[in-house]
Amino acid sequence: MSRRLINRRPDRGGRIAWGAFPFIVAIVAYFVFSALRLADNPNDKLLPGLASFGAAIHRMAFAQDVRTGEILLWMDTLASLRRLAMGLAVATVLGLIFGIATGVIPYVQAGLSPFIAVLSMVPPMAILPILFIVFGLDELSKVVLIVVGITPFLIRDLAMRVGDMPGELLIKAQTLGASTWQIILRVVLPQITPRLADAIRLSLGPAWLFLISAEAIAATDGLGYRIFLMRRYLAMDVILPYVAWITLLAFLMDWVLRLFNRRFFPWLKNEGS
Amino acid sequence: MSRISVRNLWMEYPGQIVLERINLEVAPGEFCVLIGPSGCGKTTFLRLLLSMEVPTRGEILLDGERLPAEPGPDRGVVFQRYSVFPHLTVIQNVILGLEFAGSRMLGKLYGAARRRAIEDADQVIEAVGLNASRDKYPAQLSGGMQQRLAIAQALIRKPKLLLLDEPFGALDPGTKHQMHDLIIRLWQEQQITIFMVTHDLKEGFTLATRVLTFDKVRTDPDAPGAYGATITFDLPLERRPSDGSR
Ligand SMILES: Nc1ncnc2c1ncn2[C@@H]1O[C@H](COP(=O)(O)OP(=O)(O)OP(=O)(O)O)[C@@H](O)[C@H]1O
Ligand SMILES: [Mg+2]
Repeated sequence: MSRRLINRRPDRGGRIAWGAFPFIVAIVAYFVFSALRLADNPNDKLLPGLASFGAAIHRMAFAQDVRTGEILLWMDTLASLRRLAMGLAVATVLGLIFGIATGVIPYVQAGLSPFIAVLSMVPPMAILPILFIVFGLDELSKVVLIVVGITPFLIRDLAMRVGDMPGELLIKAQTLGASTWQIILRVVLPQITPRLADAIRLSLGPAWLFLISAEAIAATDGLGYRIFLMRRYLAMDVILPYVAWITLLAFLMDWVLRLFNRRFFPWLKNEGS
Repeated sequence: MSRISVRNLWMEYPGQIVLERINLEVAPGEFCVLIGPSGCGKTTFLRLLLSMEVPTRGEILLDGERLPAEPGPDRGVVFQRYSVFPHLTVIQNVILGLEFAGSRMLGKLYGAARRRAIEDADQVIEAVGLNASRDKYPAQLSGGMQQRLAIAQALIRKPKLLLLDEPFGALDPGTKHQMHDLIIRLWQEQQITIFMVTHDLKEGFTLATRVLTFDKVRTDPDAPGAYGATITFDLPLERRPSDGSR
């Protein structure tokens, strides 16, 4: 008898094949349309073929730029990752401190959570001009945009995770003689760290968005800067590899954070049994 | 002097009286079992003893003094669930109480102090029969083992009072029986005063030196919240801590 659709699962090989399928479809479709357009007009710039990609990648990633003597892709990557790392680091520290404080201490909660709720509704892009005015056009304003963009989310998410902790655990810690500080250090912090990694994973998308936007508007290097610069020349052969590269970087960050959780929190995987 | 004195205690929630006119004197070393219908306020009474709630009227005295306003190491507790820390192993869960006492800033012991704490903890872990699982996480333990861990953890600070809210409610009869032997042994050795809530009458009468039944003596069918439960029976059982073996 045939089983219901919801009970039929692909095996390991099948999963890989099914997972690869949409990628293959997308790539094949691209090159089919690219070939069709190029056959029409060999100078078409919209969907470049393999050869122009190869040349562009070589130019950007392996050859020194004639004007600056730098390898542009690495320079841009380094600049972008520095901004992203600084923004994420500051946001993480702030999110952890204020998230735990709001989650654990009722007075901090009363004082801060309405403010943060309102703050998180301010569209970060709308205050970008203010950031440029206040912090200038260079690095600081871009880092601040990332911080402003994701910190309210991190604070609220972590405060909620702390709130989700069974109240029994906090009572239990008190009956073992713990002070507020000891409870934060030994009970709340270790249980919240894996949630923090998850919250950061969810923030990666917005963080990249803010970074690229800021770079597009005012920068002299960075992945977002380059993409928007190339747009003027309709250089799809550079833009598309850059987009793929950014996607790969974002994917790797997500993967590393997931690995971090699995590696350092062995108690997590057996939870909820 | 009484370990616990409850003087004309009332507990009200908005629109509902849960407990009324509770008076109780409990001597040190008694094993009180609380029984009564669901929703009558047994857990509420334990929460009051733990200072998780403040009585609307009346007072509770611990060794003749007003109960502290918040939970503390003088009163240990085992809940039905969520009693142990999921991110710590068995041994780490048990030494935690000693670490809180010994290290104000870090809440963590190192070196010789840690070794001494581990020696103490190992004795308690041995007493509850968890030595073989010393380095496992709670999620890797069975329900009964988790409750034994919770008891070991609660005992390490040598509380005057141990509060148990249906601690064995989720266990099978065999495991339950083992837990009874365990709790009786620990109670005799450590001379603690125990309050335990259970729905299992037989369990209550096997363990207790005193059975307290909670129920409503007056009810108003039109206003179920108008009257609260009180202690309807207070049965001392003829059993001393020393002849706890059955
Ligand atoms: N925080 C609260 N706010 C309002 N009412 C509450 C609160 N906690 C408990 N109650 C009410 O108090 C009554 C007693 O609850 P309690 O949990 O003490 O009962 P219980 O005797 O432990 O019942 P069970 O045997 O089912 O565990 C219930 O009617 C409940 O609705
Ligand atoms: Mg209850």
